[in-house]
Amino acid sequence: MTAHDITLHAPDDGIAEGAELLRVDDVTLRFGGVTAIEDVSFNINKGEIRAIIGPNGAGKTSMLNVINGFYHPQEGTITFRGEKRRAMKTYEAAASGIARTFQNVALFTGMSTLDNIMSGRSLKMNKSFLAQMIYFGPARDEEIEHRRKVEEIIDFLEIAHIRRQPVGKLPYGLQKRVELGRALALEPDLLLLDEPMAGMNLEEKEDMSRFIIEVNETFGTTIALIEHDMGVVMDLADRVVVLDYGKKIADGAPAEVQANQAVIDAYLGVPH
Amino acid sequence: MADGGRTLDTFPKFLLRNAQSFADRPAMRHKDYGIWQSWTWAELLVEIRNYSLGLQQLGLKRGDKVAVVGDNRPALYWTFCAVQALGGVPIPVYADSVADEMVYVLQHAEVRFAVAQDQEQVDKLLSIKEQLPQLEHVIYDESRGLRDYEHTNLHSIAHLQEQGAAQMPGAEKAWLAEIDKGAGGDLSVMLYTSGTTGKPKGVMLSFDNLVISSINANRFDSFDETDEIIAYLPLAWVGDHIFSYGQSMTAGYCVCCPESPETVTENRREIAPTYFFAPPRVFEGLLTDMMVRMEDAGPLKQKMFHFFLGVANRVGERILNKESGGSAMDRLLYRIGDVLVYGPLKNRLGMSRMKVGYTAGEAIGPEIFRFYRSLGLNLKQLYGQTEASVYVTAQPDGEISADTVGTPSPDVEIEIADNGEVLYRSPGVFMGYYKNEEATRDTKSEDGWVKTGDAGFIDTDGHLRIIDRAKDVGKLNNGSMFPPKYIENKLKFFPNIKEAVAIGHGRDYCAVMLNIDLSPVANWAERNNIAYGSYQELANHPKVYEMMAQHVDQVNQDLASEERVAGAQVHRFLVLHKELDADDGELTRTMKVRRSLINERYEPLIEALYDGSTEKFVETEVTFEDGRKGKISATVKIEDAKVYATEAMKEAAE
Repeated sequence: MTAHDITLHAPDDGIAEGAELLRVDDVTLRFGGVTAIEDVSFNINKGEIRAIIGPNGAGKTSMLNVINGFYHPQEGTITFRGEKRRAMKTYEAAASGIARTFQNVALFTGMSTLDNIMSGRSLKMNKSFLAQMIYFGPARDEEIEHRRKVEEIIDFLEIAHIRRQPVGKLPYGLQKRVELGRALALEPDLLLLDEPMAGMNLEEKEDMSRFIIEVNETFGTTIALIEHDMGVVMDLADRVVVLDYGKKIADGAPAEVQANQAVIDAYLGVPH
Repeated sequence: MADGGRTLDTFPKFLLRNAQSFADRPAMRHKDYGIWQSWTWAELLVEIRNYSLGLQQLGLKRGDKVAVVGDNRPALYWTFCAVQALGGVPIPVYADSVADEMVYVLQHAEVRFAVAQDQEQVDKLLSIKEQLPQLEHVIYDESRGLRDYEHTNLHSIAHLQEQGAAQMPGAEKAWLAEIDKGAGGDLSVMLYTSGTTGKPKGVMLSFDNLVISSINANRFDSFDETDEIIAYLPLAWVGDHIFSYGQSMTAGYCVCCPESPETVTENRREIAPTYFFAPPRVFEGLLTDMMVRMEDAGPLKQKMFHFFLGVANRVGERILNKESGGSAMDRLLYRIGDVLVYGPLKNRLGMSRMKVGYTAGEAIGPEIFRFYRSLGLNLKQLYGQTEASVYVTAQPDGEISADTVGTPSPDVEIEIADNGEVLYRSPGVFMGYYKNEEATRDTKSEDGWVKTGDAGFIDTDGHLRIIDRAKDVGKLNNGSMFPPKYIENKLKFFPNIKEAVAIGHGRDYCAVMLNIDLSPVANWAERNNIAYGSYQELANHPKVYEMMAQHVDQVNQDLASEERVAGAQVHRFLVLHKELDADDGELTRTMKVRRSLINERYEPLIEALYDGSTEKFVETEVTFEDGRKGKISATVKIEDAKVYATEAMKEAAE
């Protein structure tokens, strides 16, 4: 191993490339009288980039929240790595290898880039709070090991120059990148990205697309992303699921979905 | 010089010496994964030897040309030595050149191998491969993103090193014999000058040129193996080749490569190099950043800062030059200031250990120069050229002034031609331009004198002063002298002005086009509640025009006080709607203005400067970094400037 090798990769969970990693069956999510998601089923295969698209209010973010345990659906089941589950805490989802980023960046704005990404490793730290505080022996070795992983992420995302800067002062495009870094720090099996390119200019979008592809290829991480930029979706995604008013209206390869009349109607509107 | 029966006349031979004499001293550092990794000279030898053997196995032969494209990374410096050990010739290429620019150089140099830093550069090379039938192998340093590429003719440096290591120790003897075949008279490197006019020319430098120049320079400023430098300037530029390669190899000092181009300032602070070189724009940039940051500091800090800068301004330079004068009180205060302000400031700048700093390439603003010197930093000027292996003149310690470039460097002879052009002759004088006999003859005479193309004179202290490019000094229609760069530099000394282009040769009066410097102007706008949506809008803002008018006025007053150039005062000016950019060919890669091209591109604006109009609509084509083109349009305002009577004219009027 040379000094610059990358040691980051998704955990080996015994699921073969292309086999089903996660399945959503007949999920319905209601908030009082409002049905956010209605009877939606689809799956995500190991190693693919799966896009979830749809007009505003279609239930895309709710869907991600269901997957990572933030919302608990009233009906339906979620199967992750072959295990059926219904209600799960978000930290349990994280511990099982599901990481995510948010539509509106949710970082610790007063902390540096480095500390933000380091916080993504906290689930992987085994030493006691006290040992970490004294910073001695095994706790120190552990910290060094985690720091190495974090530095790999910093190098990978090309954010070395902002390592020590508080993230609150960074431009939006960079904050998004730091947030991706924090999610990667978990070395996730499944990475959920909620509009990773919202509000970015063309160059930033191209950079972000490159990172997403590389995460997928180099680390072997499965990715589910919500995105509005159709060009990006068509380029990145292996398969696309389309939601409209909480219902699934199409599912398939990008080209198929693009040609689907129901999808075109959902986006452009039809006379009622 | 001899070493173990070996005459030290090529860099690979110096490497062998260093690996023995300085075996455990650091040779190179590189910040990777947030930690400074280092190599000793003994380790460096192993890295380079294995790499070199790998290249040999790939078919690299004596005389082969190898392009090197990328930032300042250790492996790219190793490439120079690994290639030279086999008798090959490295050709560093500017990493930010777009593919089309690269084609010309690689075709002209007939490169068989190209070493690229990363995927970006590899992609660039692969995109032009069809136009380069001679290019056989592409070699890369960073493997990221390249995993799925077809690897028949694509190799990683690490892989070549593994292959080289596998041949050890059997291959060592033959490799050393190959090094011994090299001689001082051999071609060492080819550097393509970016050239303000025409196609780039390949300057051929021999080992003798570089080795002798490097040794002289080390002696001049007494550098040895304990010194450290940070490598951050383009590899393709002769300065970097001498400072980060030639002088390091000959003196044995340590070269530190930054983590990435964006982190140079921070990395410099961590390393605190003892030897620092930067073009004036870097010193200007550092000063501007510092001043902008001070604006945000608390009132106490601001007061202290300005008070002690005042003290430094009064006595700092005298103390540095070991001259007498200045009140005893000021001298005492300077010591206090050193603890409270100058020391922390130097630390922030990464200059707390700096023995010598050089600036060259362009004229530096006298205030900026004085500022750094008053802090106790030994900043000096030098004058050099690719064709001279850098050194033509340099300022010796204690003989420093902002407007000279120093006395001839060791072994350099200087003459001023009848037309005012500076000529020199030295051991560093280049062998010739590659495949361009005609240009060689035009520049270098039979007996070794080289024309610099710069007009200048030697002052009473024996120091050289440069006025302008010899061919750029023009005449206005009324016969007065028009030195464009002289005027432009005066304008550029204002932190708010990034670039200036003066026009006037063969015209009735002098006019200028200005580029604002976004960071100070944006900061100023923020403090003055000036709202703007884009660079273009800010540049065109009436308040910005007011500010620029003040600057132009100041320059006119300056010019009026100097008899020779008083006729060249600025009559009209405008602020350009876009930044002059190397991607559009408006600047060279070393950020010098390309006059002819600008005259062509902005012809409508130049006409408007002379036809009396107050605004002009223009459309300009721009090139993005990936080579795509687009258009931007704007209505540019043109304003008149006040012109002053010269001292002589005032007297005549009285």
